[in-house]
Amino acid sequence: MKNRSLVSIEDYTKDEILQILDRAAEFEKKPIQTILNGYVIASLFFEPSTRTRLSFESAVNKLGGRIIGFSDSGSSSVKKGESLNDTILTVANYSDLIVMRHPIEGAAKLASEVSPVPVVNAGDGANQHPTQTLLDMYSILKTQGTLENLNIFLVGDLKYGRTVHSLLMAMSHFNTTFNFISPEELKMPDEYKLYLDNLGLKYYEHTDFTKYIAEADIVYMTRVQRERFSDPMEYEKVKNVYVLRNSMLENTKSNMKVLHPLPRVNEIHQDVDTNEKAYYFQQALNGVYTRQAIIATILGL
Amino acid sequence: MEQSKELKVSAIKDGTVIDHIPANNLFRVISILGLDKIDNHLTFGNNLDSKKLGHKAIIKISDKFFEDTEINKIALVAPQAKLNIIKDYKVIEKKVVNVPTEIIGIAKCVNPKCITNNENVTTKFKVLDGNDVTLKCLYCEKITDKDNLVIIK
Repeated sequence: MKNRSLVSIEDYTKDEILQILDRAAEFEKKPIQTILNGYVIASLFFEPSTRTRLSFESAVNKLGGRIIGFSDSGSSSVKKGESLNDTILTVANYSDLIVMRHPIEGAAKLASEVSPVPVVNAGDGANQHPTQTLLDMYSILKTQGTLENLNIFLVGDLKYGRTVHSLLMAMSHFNTTFNFISPEELKMPDEYKLYLDNLGLKYYEHTDFTKYIAEADIVYMTRVQRERFSDPMEYEKVKNVYVLRNSMLENTKSNMKVLHPLPRVNEIHQDVDTNEKAYYFQQALNGVYTRQAIIATILGL
Repeated sequence: MEQSKELKVSAIKDGTVIDHIPANNLFRVISILGLDKIDNHLTFGNNLDSKKLGHKAIIKISDKFFEDTEINKIALVAPQAKLNIIKDYKVIEKKVVNVPTEIIGIAKCVNPKCITNNENVTTKFKVLDGNDVTLKCLYCEKITDKDNLVIIK
């Protein structure tokens, strides 16, 4: 994995995923180190994503590394019409690793092809966001003690939500049972169901929260966005169906945790926050350890 | 039914005949193989009657022999094409087109938000299904199928 770019979650095998998660656990025990002393990490955010950027920057800073870069393309040479190729080749001269967020799909793959230093994809449009997937998996492992044989409920926008697609692909290594809860318009695309069929994994589809939530080990919530609906009436009809409330957690398993990639709008009612099953803010903290593990592993440290 | 023996396109001594090209894709085949940029003697016929395709096109190129990798590039636009290799007016070898596992250039990615449609990058696809043209973009990972296939140039 040393010197290899991380563009898509499929770049890592099951063993490599587990290796990153082991390393993340080490960083959680000792998050402040000096192993990145003297290293310069470029953080190129061609579109703003404050949460992801701060998580990466925190991860690097805690390990003693330095950050250079920009937080949106308005303040960079892209505005002057520079190609991605040129930006990457230039920045690679100044840094040991590039973290990149870009609104165009496939941008990270292109960057990894032209860059002499490894590239970590921090999201390319609606395509991939592998560090999010790894931190989700770290959160699942940490709260469940295992990744094997779990029952995972994915809720909300399952059609466009890249986090749920990547998580589904990655968790399919671990004999997961999936339950999909979404409005008809935002159902899990057939290609992912076919993928599970081919692996012989079980999945169930629902259009609202069901009594089966009592069997969930993980409830992974996502935002149902207004702009995804062609018919605004449809949105108005479903927008309150996919809101998780504290009362709905009453009969759930004691080990069950609620995850969310954040930012949350209204899909998890605030009354859930104080429930010990709410895990989304710790999940964000796990992102720092996971990103420390990814950067250290790629740099061979 | 008796077949006409008359040749619609004159015979060549040495070279390659590409037959069974769909009529509407003749010029794409010419462009993909770069036949518009070579000096060889080249004849072609279009909108010829074909039992298999309805209308077909045929290209005859003198003194030109293709590598398999080169000829496989036309698989997207002429999957049923047959090649006759001619030496001294005789067919010495017949070849069919094989759909390659990877397509570089040639096709456009269907996704307007793909990097290949936004920067100067050569497209690259993994061929998921050769018979029914299903291409997976190696950049944005979206699928381009037959209905959305656009040939570059």
